[in-house]
Amino acid sequence: MSPPRFEGRGPCTAQPMSLSSPVVAEPAPVRVAGSYRRMASLFFANRLAVSGLVILGVLLLFCFLGPLVHHTDQTHTNLAGANLSPGQGGHPLGTDDVGHDELGRLMIGGQTSLEIGIAAGLLATLIGTIWGAVSGYAGGWLDAIMMRVVDAGIAIPALFLLLVTATIVRPTVPVQILIIGCVSWLVPARLVRAEALSLRSRDYVQAMKAMGGGHRRAVFRHIIPNAIGTVVVNATFQVADAILLIAYVSFLGLGVAPPKTDWGGMLSKGIAYTYDGYWWMIFPAGIAIVLVVCAFNAIGDGLRDSFEVRLQGR
Amino acid sequence: MTDAPMLTFEDLAVSFRSGRESVRAVDGVSLTVAPGEVVAVVGESGSGKSVTSMSALGLLPPTATTTGTVRVGGVDVTTLDGARLRAIRGAEVAMVFQEPMTALNPAFTVGWQVAEALRLHIEDLSKKQALDRAAELLEMVGIRDARDRLGQYPHELSGGLRQRVVIAMAIACEPKVLIADEATTALDVTVQAEILDLLRDLRARFGMALLVITHNMGVVADIADRVVVMYQGKVVEQATVEDLFARPQADYTKKLLASVPRLARGEGRTRTAPADEEVALSLEHLVVEFRGKGGRKNRAVDDVSLTIAKGEVLGLVGESGSGKSTVGRAAIGLLKPTSGSVRLLGEALTDARGRDLRRLRRRCGIVFQDPASSLDPRMTVGDCVAEPLVINGVGDRTERVVALLKSVELDPALRRRHPHELSGGQRQRVGIARALALDPQLVIADEPTSALDVSVQAAVLEVFLELQERLGFACLFITHDLAVVGRVSDRVAVMNAGRVVEEGPRDDVLFDSREEYTRRLVTSAPVPDPVEQRQRRAERHGL
Repeated sequence: MSPPRFEGRGPCTAQPMSLSSPVVAEPAPVRVAGSYRRMASLFFANRLAVSGLVILGVLLLFCFLGPLVHHTDQTHTNLAGANLSPGQGGHPLGTDDVGHDELGRLMIGGQTSLEIGIAAGLLATLIGTIWGAVSGYAGGWLDAIMMRVVDAGIAIPALFLLLVTATIVRPTVPVQILIIGCVSWLVPARLVRAEALSLRSRDYVQAMKAMGGGHRRAVFRHIIPNAIGTVVVNATFQVADAILLIAYVSFLGLGVAPPKTDWGGMLSKGIAYTYDGYWWMIFPAGIAIVLVVCAFNAIGDGLRDSFEVRLQGR
Repeated sequence: MTDAPMLTFEDLAVSFRSGRESVRAVDGVSLTVAPGEVVAVVGESGSGKSVTSMSALGLLPPTATTTGTVRVGGVDVTTLDGARLRAIRGAEVAMVFQEPMTALNPAFTVGWQVAEALRLHIEDLSKKQALDRAAELLEMVGIRDARDRLGQYPHELSGGLRQRVVIAMAIACEPKVLIADEATTALDVTVQAEILDLLRDLRARFGMALLVITHNMGVVADIADRVVVMYQGKVVEQATVEDLFARPQADYTKKLLASVPRLARGEGRTRTAPADEEVALSLEHLVVEFRGKGGRKNRAVDDVSLTIAKGEVLGLVGESGSGKSTVGRAAIGLLKPTSGSVRLLGEALTDARGRDLRRLRRRCGIVFQDPASSLDPRMTVGDCVAEPLVINGVGDRTERVVALLKSVELDPALRRRHPHELSGGQRQRVGIARALALDPQLVIADEPTSALDVSVQAAVLEVFLELQERLGFACLFITHDLAVVGRVSDRVAVMNAGRVVEEGPRDDVLFDSREEYTRRLVTSAPVPDPVEQRQRRAERHGL
């Protein structure tokens, strides 16, 4: 323990009152490293979380830098070289039914999946955080209305909404990001609202109001930063969910249009050849989806544990 | 006291593992408690007094490592296993905790809980017998209509009654040792006095050994035979209560006793007010109602009228639930009054909206009770102090923040730290610096020192008063502590159940009070002097 530190008492002038001189040392709290550094060390002590981070890093490198090393033509079909098994014709993972190299396809498909997943997850978190923070901070009738909107949204299955919109608009990457982001912000909104409800009555928010501060400052400077733990943890789960959701949609044939593809779309194609034993069209994409979703969940769990010191060692 | 000691701590040391480090909380504590004796362990937060008492029941968390021995009637508790420990807990040693609401299970009736305490240790006790005995116990701790109370739930009882129930549970099996860990801290002074009377009475009737853990020197003076002073895990002094207060030996004890505020006539500030003073704050017929369950209205503040002149400190005293904090919040517009008006520096705050309201608010500052929750944990100290400046668009902030931190006697380098890296006293200084950032003409201080240790409280009060003299702001000082109010205020207002029962110059209210309620409040507050406290107790029983 650090030695006791004396309360800083400068040259105190005028002591007209008969106040007794306070000279007793107040033990200073144990000097802790900055909260972010402590969280980082907790996070990196968590083996599962670190492996999640490593898997995610490897997948990102594979998808975005892989095409620079492994050149393939993912635009033109080559029916002569279709359905080759791994190793044949210089294709390490074989080719699909129109002759695209499976390894290269896994890379560009991964780009789409990760782009949409991460962007949509972040968009959902952004909308949900602001919606929830405003709703919880405002309280009263505004809160009631905003939360009923969330309830109504949750009552409609997201997949159903996605399928309907996919039949109306042509699904490009930005469109899918927007749609998925707009259907999955409901859960973070509820979580952040619950936090905001307790944060808004904290003394520091009251103090700020008493100083003449406005509502915007309360929400953006005090409530959201103090709910950031919940927000960050949930964001990782949101990304995982978004990647799964986009995989569902593509699997059902409503994903991005060829020649682009994503992992869900690749799976969907592969399923048609299950009985032919073309396993290389199913396993790589399937494993990639499982890996990335597990990685994000592991990171989220690790983050939650490092934010919530109480859960340590469980 | 020739009997063999009932409870003995011998060279007790407890350390807690936290990560790779280990923190020593108790370091070589030796003390004894004889049957029928009251020993008070006194110390400030972090002195290890609670950890010491917990070790007697084997209630320390698994991260603790204990060396030394703790004997209860000859049995070494530190060597016992779970089952034998459970047999001792309650039957031999019982404990009364600080917070009676959390010590009782809200889902069960009072009678059930007291009966359970009995049935845990006495086998073949029928339900009926247990309940009969429970009723007797409740009567024993001074609860009237004990039979009817058996069927009530904890939330239906007042804080004082709840603490009595907790004590009834503790004495259910007639333990030889009773440990009261800050058992009266959460209670109002009048209730505290009653509970202390009860403990004294039980000790006399059952000859229990009583170990009282407290930070309140008044409580020590009231109840203890012998006192053990702890500081940073070590015992710094042991003496009889008279010796300790009359002739303290250790330096720490002297400093501790010196920093306890005392209520005395003519001590503290005296301020001669000029005849026609400008009014800083005036409340007229203020009423604040909260909507309770089922649309029932709960009147927290009932027709309160108060004025504070410029440069004056008005102390607002009252027990919990008297509405004093509500008055403070309504005074700067954090709460909307149901009726009545608030005038701040001559302008009506109650009617002000938007920009006008903000302009008025920047002329007052507020200091909250708990500095841990009134500073945003995600902001640096500098940002916290600068916030009022940012909100009101004041330039040259760094310079001003440094000056403010210096004025509350803090190192300006602390501005880059976060609040959790500061001690409680330092945090409260930051809170004061923030309240003064805009040179307010009125400061509302809502129990600003209640969460602090006495020595720190004295330091913070001194800084606050020095600044008040220098800057001349008016102040509404809200507190439950009469000694503190005696120190700081020019005038005092006493609140009870939402109403101001008495108001006037400090000495008139505190020492020549017209109202019986005020007198009871004043006599209930224990003074840190065993001889005087004995007199006051007699006086109070006569009241």
